Amino acid sequence: MYSEKVMDHFRNPRNVGELSQADGIGEVGNARCGDIMKLWIKVENGVISDLRFKTFGCGAAIATSSMITEIAKGKTLDEAENITDNLIAEALDGLPPLKMHCSNLAADALKAAIADYRLKQSSAS
Amino acid sequence: MTQIYMDHAATTPLRPEVLETMLPYFSEEFGNASSVYGWGRRARQALDRSRDTVAEILGAQAEEIVFTGSGSEAINLALKGAAKAQQKKGRHIVTTAIEHHAAYDSVFWLKKNGYEVTVLPVDSEGRINPEAVRSALRPDTILVSVMHANNEVGTIQPISAIGALVQEHGALFHTDAVQTAGILKLNVDELNVDLLSLAAHKFYGPKGVGALYVRKGVRLEPLVHGGFQERGRRAGTENIAGIVGLASALDLAAAERELESRRLARLRDRLFAGLQEIPFTRINGSRVHRLPNNVSVCFEFIEGESLLLNLDLRGIAASSGSACTSGSLEPSHVLLALGLSHEIAHGSLRLTLGRETTESDVDYVLGEIPEIVHRLREMSPLYQA
Ligand code: FES
Repeated sequence: MYSEKVMDHFRNPRNVGELSQADGIGEVGNARCGDIMKLWIKVENGVISDLRFKTFGCGAAIATSSMITEIAKGKTLDEAENITDNLIAEALDGLPPLKMHCSNLAADALKAAIADYRLKQSSAS
Repeated sequence: MTQIYMDHAATTPLRPEVLETMLPYFSEEFGNASSVYGWGRRARQALDRSRDTVAEILGAQAEEIVFTGSGSEAINLALKGAAKAQQKKGRHIVTTAIEHHAAYDSVFWLKKNGYEVTVLPVDSEGRINPEAVRSALRPDTILVSVMHANNEVGTIQPISAIGALVQEHGALFHTDAVQTAGILKLNVDELNVDLLSLAAHKFYGPKGVGALYVRKGVRLEPLVHGGFQERGRRAGTENIAGIVGLASALDLAAAERELESRRLARLRDRLFAGLQEIPFTRINGSRVHRLPNNVSVCFEFIEGESLLLNLDLRGIAASSGSACTSGSLEPSHVLLALGLSHEIAHGSLRLTLGRETTESDVDYVLGEIPEIVHRLREMSPLYQA
């Protein structure tokens, strides 16, 4: 039921783990089925230079987590904030209808990490 | 690649010997059992023989057996059919929190249609206390339904004790024996049941055929109208090939049951022993009152669907009660009824063994699972190594 792309990211998820020197951390839970994603980002000159994730969830949740780390890397914060769940799903050659909500998890985690980064910046200055 | 099927509670492969008995009724013996000429008579004979076989195994009379199109249909007919036929006596039904959806949803359909329902809780092993059933009985209780053994966690219920007190009270007692037919001994008098349902494909028979035992004197309102088949309790031209297959599969299973159960229980315990070595693993259900072929565990901090996908990549077919696998995005109501949290229920894994399962299959599975669980935990934000 999953595309080959999804299975590829599921089998070999990119950027799994934590960043010890993260500039922003986002953790979100998915109300639909109770899953959790945590995302660490590193920001250099307004650009996301590195990311890591940990996810407690289904195959689609893991694949979308992995995919968003690839898409967001090298993007400016503004660009990264505009990554939608649809975009992630498309990059994975689609998700089964019942699994579309899992891609929210990844997009929301990234937004949360960026918000966390911005908050830290404003309280530091 | 290695292919290991460990989902026998979902369905089983048709036994070749069973297929052999069915084949003539797809082709040369295609007759309608209601016809008077040779083809019809021969179909009728096959139907009667099959009914006798099933009745004998259940300790019942032939006319107490109704063939249906599935286990779910048998359960629906038992519950809706009996409730409707009894409605002048009362409208109260008692059931449990861990029934299969076929029973659970039938009872809730009745509730929407003016019946009152009491749902009994289970203990942390998934067992029903007969005393809880006794205290739920009311003067207007017409029907009690308790599954013989649970499909997810394998817990076997004290059916005989529950049946005795339900019958003494004067209500009807149904048990869903879909998971136990072919595995446990089913004698309707020892079990004290008035209605008992089963499905052929769970004991190496064909899909699309089930049976309902209906104790003599118990009236049922049919679900399917349109003919006098099955003594007016289930209209429709009989699926002779399927019915012959059900009977021959049950017959084979009954003959081999004791030996095979012991063999399966050994494999089951070997699996449990191996899985228990994985840290943060809990066993679901009872260790004592348990189906010989059911292994159900929860691995903390991980999610069931990603576990199943990883198992599938290594050729192992299993199932899970995780919300992410459910289609409704709700975790299994059975695991929740046992008192597990949503989070823990997420990490559930069910392995159900069968005739083809060997010790080396079990060892292969035990070789793969720890690594998969470890990998997923490394990926989990909930897990602190
Ligand atoms: S995370 Fe639960 S369905 Fe995807």
